[in-house]
Amino acid sequence: MSGRWVTRSAGAARHALARGVTVWRRSIQARVVISTLLLSALVVALVGWVLLRQVTNGLVEAKTRSSVAESSRATAEAQRRLSAANGNDFDAGTQLTQLVSTLVSRGAVQGYEIVLRGPIAGSSPALPAGAGTSSTPGVLQTSIPGRLRRAVESSTGDDTSYTYTTIRYAAEADRPAVPGVVTGSQVTLPADGGTYTLYYLFPMSEQERTVSLVRRALVTGGVLLLLLVGGLTWLVTRQVVTPVRLARRTAERLASGRLEERMQVSGDDDIARLGTSFNQMAASLQQQIRQLEELSRVQRRFVSDVSHELRTPLTTVRMAGDVLHDARARFDPPTARAAELLQKELDRFELLLSDLLEISRFDAGAAVLDLEDVDVVDLARRVVESSRPLADHRGTRVVVRAEVKPCIAEVDPRRVERIVRNLVQNAIDYAGSDDVEVLVASNETATALAVRDHGVGLGPGEAAMVFNRFWRADPARARTSGGTGLGLSISLEDAHLHGGWLQAWGEPGRGAQFRLTLPRYAGDPLGASPLPLVPADATGPAAPGAGAPAPVTPSRARTP
Amino acid sequence: MAVNVETVSSGRGRVLVVDDDAALAEMLTIVLRNEGFDSRVCATGDRALAQFREYRPDVVLLDLMLPGKDGIDVCKEIRAESGTPIVMLTAKSDTVDVVLGLESGADDYVVKPFKPKELIARIRARVRRFEDPAPEALTIGDLAIDVAGHSVTRDGREIGLTPLEFDLLLCLARKPWQVFTREVLLEQVWGYRHAADTRLVNVHVQRLRSKVEHDPERPEIVVTVRGVGYKAGTAH
Repeated sequence: MSGRWVTRSAGAARHALARGVTVWRRSIQARVVISTLLLSALVVALVGWVLLRQVTNGLVEAKTRSSVAESSRATAEAQRRLSAANGNDFDAGTQLTQLVSTLVSRGAVQGYEIVLRGPIAGSSPALPAGAGTSSTPGVLQTSIPGRLRRAVESSTGDDTSYTYTTIRYAAEADRPAVPGVVTGSQVTLPADGGTYTLYYLFPMSEQERTVSLVRRALVTGGVLLLLLVGGLTWLVTRQVVTPVRLARRTAERLASGRLEERMQVSGDDDIARLGTSFNQMAASLQQQIRQLEELSRVQRRFVSDVSHELRTPLTTVRMAGDVLHDARARFDPPTARAAELLQKELDRFELLLSDLLEISRFDAGAAVLDLEDVDVVDLARRVVESSRPLADHRGTRVVVRAEVKPCIAEVDPRRVERIVRNLVQNAIDYAGSDDVEVLVASNETATALAVRDHGVGLGPGEAAMVFNRFWRADPARARTSGGTGLGLSISLEDAHLHGGWLQAWGEPGRGAQFRLTLPRYAGDPLGASPLPLVPADATGPAAPGAGAPAPVTPSRARTP
Repeated sequence: MAVNVETVSSGRGRVLVVDDDAALAEMLTIVLRNEGFDSRVCATGDRALAQFREYRPDVVLLDLMLPGKDGIDVCKEIRAESGTPIVMLTAKSDTVDVVLGLESGADDYVVKPFKPKELIARIRARVRRFEDPAPEALTIGDLAIDVAGHSVTRDGREIGLTPLEFDLLLCLARKPWQVFTREVLLEQVWGYRHAADTRLVNVHVQRLRSKVEHDPERPEIVVTVRGVGYKAGTAH
């Protein structure tokens, strides 16, 4: 269970980290405030550290000086008193006890402890080395560092040595160890002429308290200073960042089509001028967009009118042509042929007119989708079935290779059928006598339909051009199925209208493949297509001189 | 399309052509005469209703864009007093225009430029119903259909349907177990042999529902089968 908790808290930590990184990346304000805080914290810490060092050093030095002076005085006093007594009055033990008790009581008043060690080996005939050792009750001998002991024992004369130590107390004294300064000097006991070493331990708890007070003051001051700096930075950056954020929000609203959005401008500082320029930009954009909209409306209206005006006479001509065509058996041969030509060309004219109108509808942005869920496999089979007469006529076969499951996509069936019909007819046109394959596959997000032919293929760079209006693979080639040259352009527009892709691949002599990819729901973004653009049988080594395959998605094929 | 024109009461089918384009109207007359129909031309929307009352046609060919009163209004006027089939002639194939025309009461539409054979097929599909049906009584939901009498009644009260709506309802009622796709309905009711505009079906199903359903929002007689089409609702 704890393991899971650890995992979960690790996850939470990762989440928090990720959020922190996002805030850092996105917010100038956060970045400025945090950087300023970090730098100020560094400076404050440095200054605090130096201050604390100086205060500590000063306190320790003063204490040391006074301690050395006091210990020298006390030693001199003790020595004087010892010398004044007659050497034969007391035995060494009594003199030692007196000396120690005098010093202990003086220490109690002055605030220090003493430790007496000795005699130094070989200096006293009466006592063995170290036998006279004593100290203020409770103080441990280990409080005196060995280094100092050796220095004092080996010194000659009255000089006083000192060092820093930790003063330790016996367990029964129940006092915490405190840092302190310890001084040491020699005394000579007149009773037996032995040399003893005398140590004074001055606790520095007072200084320690002072230092910790200063440290607390510095920390408090530093934190307050940091808060102040952080707050100030936050306020200052806010003044700059707030208008920038407002500008961003306004820009986003403009971008989403609310062209009447403007920034509020007050004053005339740099920020206000930014707002003014921004508003001017928005106004000019709005005006241009309005003009374009108006233009588009006029264009749509024009197309609609032209459509009506052209179609009515064409209908009459068409009917007249039909009547003539039906009666051609009664005409002399040239007139009969003329009636046939009239009929055929009227078909082409009609097709061209409707394709042109469709293209202008796309250009005017007037094309709308009529969406429903459709099984693309069904649709493909239907188109292939209706293309059978053309395929039979050209001596080729169109086969559908699809997954067993239905490939459902939300599409405008009329448009998708038109795309597939265009692709299939195009493939039949160029297929030669080989089969044309229609492949359909789908996944959760997309459905793909590819039409593969094994005909003359596409030259280098042609894959991008096939979608151009009125583009022909070979200008010398006659168009056989009577296409208008607009079919693939219209198909591309239809695919884009669904948020889909229409792409072409081809190599000279290896055929071509056109792949249509449609999102499961119209307008959803597409990730990958369920079918490869380059067919599996063409991924081998390229034919010599064929050049690289050219998978191209023309964003919007146009000829100027 | 073997239609016995002789069964029409006057001997020849009568078509009223409402179109302002004189050349087209004359051409239509020629083609219709060749196909065995009588026709009369009316050039303005304003006179269309009067001509309709006087001529009593079997089918009306109606251009949507007319001087004076436009085609949509004429269509509504005719529909208000008669179920006579109306075929719209339109130069616009955009969804809005077509749906608007169908919603105003047209049974079918032909987009200009059309082939004469296509138009004739549409007209014949509309007059097909003059073939004598065998007497037959059907029910769908709580409706009773008298096929020979061309009437639909609910609890003895007759519901006025146009011939097309009647055909649509009849088609569903004859095979209540079957789900009809829009394509199949287009073939059986409108006579299209190739897949055509499924909006025709959608619009007419809506209109039919508004007449026969208790609550058109929650249809019980003409039921939608999502992703497939329509079927007759189960009797209750």
